[in-house]
Amino acid sequence: MNEIPHYLREGYLTVEELKKYVGLPSEERLRQRPVAVPECPQEIPCTPCKEICPTNAVLMEHPNAVPLVDYEKCIGCSLCVQICPGLAFFMVHYIGDKARVTMPHEVLPVPEVGEEVILLNRVGEEVGTGKVVTVIPREKSKGDTPIITVEMPVELAWEVRAVKVVRE
Amino acid sequence: MRFTEHPILDFERVRGREVTIYFEGKPIKAYEGETIATALHAAGIRIFQHSTKKHRPRGLFCAIGKCSSCLMKVNGIPNVRTCITLVEEGMQIERQDEKPVLPKTSKPPKWKEPPRIEADVVVIGGGPAGMMAAIHARDAGAKVILLDENPMLGGQLVKQTHKFFGKREQFAGVRGIKIAEILSEELKKRDIEVFLETSAIMLLQDGDEKLVVGVRKNKELVEFKGKTVVVATGAMERMIPFENNDLPGVYGAGAIQTLMNTYGVKPGDRVLIVGAGNVGLILAYQLYQAGVKVEAIVEAMPKIGGYFVHAAKVRRLGIPILTRHTILRAEGKEKVERAVVAQLDENWNVVPGSEKVFEVDVIALAVGLRPSIELLHQIGCQIKYVPELGGHVVIRDSRMETTIKGIFVAGDSAEIEEATTAMLEGKIAGISAALAAGVASPGWLKEVEKTQRELEEFRSGPFGRKVLEGLKKVVVE
Repeated sequence: MNEIPHYLREGYLTVEELKKYVGLPSEERLRQRPVAVPECPQEIPCTPCKEICPTNAVLMEHPNAVPLVDYEKCIGCSLCVQICPGLAFFMVHYIGDKARVTMPHEVLPVPEVGEEVILLNRVGEEVGTGKVVTVIPREKSKGDTPIITVEMPVELAWEVRAVKVVRE
Repeated sequence: MRFTEHPILDFERVRGREVTIYFEGKPIKAYEGETIATALHAAGIRIFQHSTKKHRPRGLFCAIGKCSSCLMKVNGIPNVRTCITLVEEGMQIERQDEKPVLPKTSKPPKWKEPPRIEADVVVIGGGPAGMMAAIHARDAGAKVILLDENPMLGGQLVKQTHKFFGKREQFAGVRGIKIAEILSEELKKRDIEVFLETSAIMLLQDGDEKLVVGVRKNKELVEFKGKTVVVATGAMERMIPFENNDLPGVYGAGAIQTLMNTYGVKPGDRVLIVGAGNVGLILAYQLYQAGVKVEAIVEAMPKIGGYFVHAAKVRRLGIPILTRHTILRAEGKEKVERAVVAQLDENWNVVPGSEKVFEVDVIALAVGLRPSIELLHQIGCQIKYVPELGGHVVIRDSRMETTIKGIFVAGDSAEIEEATTAMLEGKIAGISAALAAGVASPGWLKEVEKTQRELEEFRSGPFGRKVLEGLKKVVVE
């Protein structure tokens, strides 16, 4: 029997798997400006990320191919994060000892800029708190999905992929 | 039990006028435009009938008119499908506890000289496949009639709050609910006559033409005559055997989506989902969005069957997915109070001592669908059992024509697949039906071929492999 990859047994990618299937941007690139990272390692018939990218940074040989991002071409515009039907695109940007992670947020409440939120990793565990620095509301998002950018300690940049908003 | 807030949907906007219905004499608040089953759920009523022999409680299961568990007595008439019958002011609803009897005073529909409506192409089913078939048959020059037994157009799209995959020209990145609106609008623009709350109960050959016998609103008999017919009747939820799988609170996944996403009613407070295919994964995400706790998703296979990205979405919200696990039994007196699950070993046997108990009031079965082929079966289309396609399916050619000339099939009633492929198949079937009716110019063949290539492309990845294997067994030239 073929070995089943960890991500299909458990439903989440480890950072090692991300490196293996997706390839990560260099530290230098991460410090320049936000960069889009596709967490989409499986061949499915889907192409909106490639179609919407204004700089052709999303590479895909055929409609079932796994999207890979040319990190040098990526301008960090976040359109792929907004449109992705699988909510599988994220943007990461390092600033000093902080990182800013941009992610889709389709649950209520949608946080406000400046609000402190609980950071969740890929299995939904609380791993700290961060501050929301940008919100693109649903109406302004290209894909009808609100997206938020959250500032957090740089060491959490490759762990945190969701947030929980707790009000009182 | 009704939502006030939702990240995607706005129910306050769509709820109609408030009306009062009566359940066993007790008044219940309901809204025009919603079904009887929905209103009962919102009022906390889960038991709709008792089985006739052992008097076991029964509740809603499929919520789309395809099973019998929601049958109730409405205004004295037994066996009304409360899941697709809309509330009306003053309705009297009663549980069915014994073998139902039609009251002597009630009159069945008249069988003599029902109104007959004629068209080139009659489309049965107003889901993604049926709507696309109607739109494209019309564009190809046919007079088209579409009928559906549900009170609204859209089929299962009306509960799909997630964004679709595929290419952007095939609605990728657009939510299913929005696609339903777009396609309904396209039907309107083309003046296609639509009959809702109309069940097709018979499909007959009538000389060279076809006759579809329909019943409108449970009362009125209507005949639809077409040169050709497209059957796009969708699919129905599968059940799996486990102890107490008939308890109220055990639902098909689609029923929960209907309650929650179409009508804004919470199915319960804590849910166990069985099946980690796309339907189970998407359902888990939708429940979380609606503020309902999902205790776990159990999956008997050693891996997640749906798209990984759907799994990642629910995992990062803290919902566990237990692969190689199955449900052993539901527990509860009159409705689900607990679910007992266990781990499976490599030979699919339960691992002793691995039982886990989840305190849940809802068990959602997302264990697959089977095509609804009843009408095709009844008229005599050739049928074959093909597990890769979801069960019994009809033999057809690459233009979706069955073994009976002039009868076409599309969407889940052809094989269990995606809404995107259903739409493409609908387009092929619709144009082909217009061609077969002799009203479309041969130039439309090009559009059929283009759509066939799009289908081929969509199915060219690993997720299309199984379907392609299955299609080899039923597509004939």
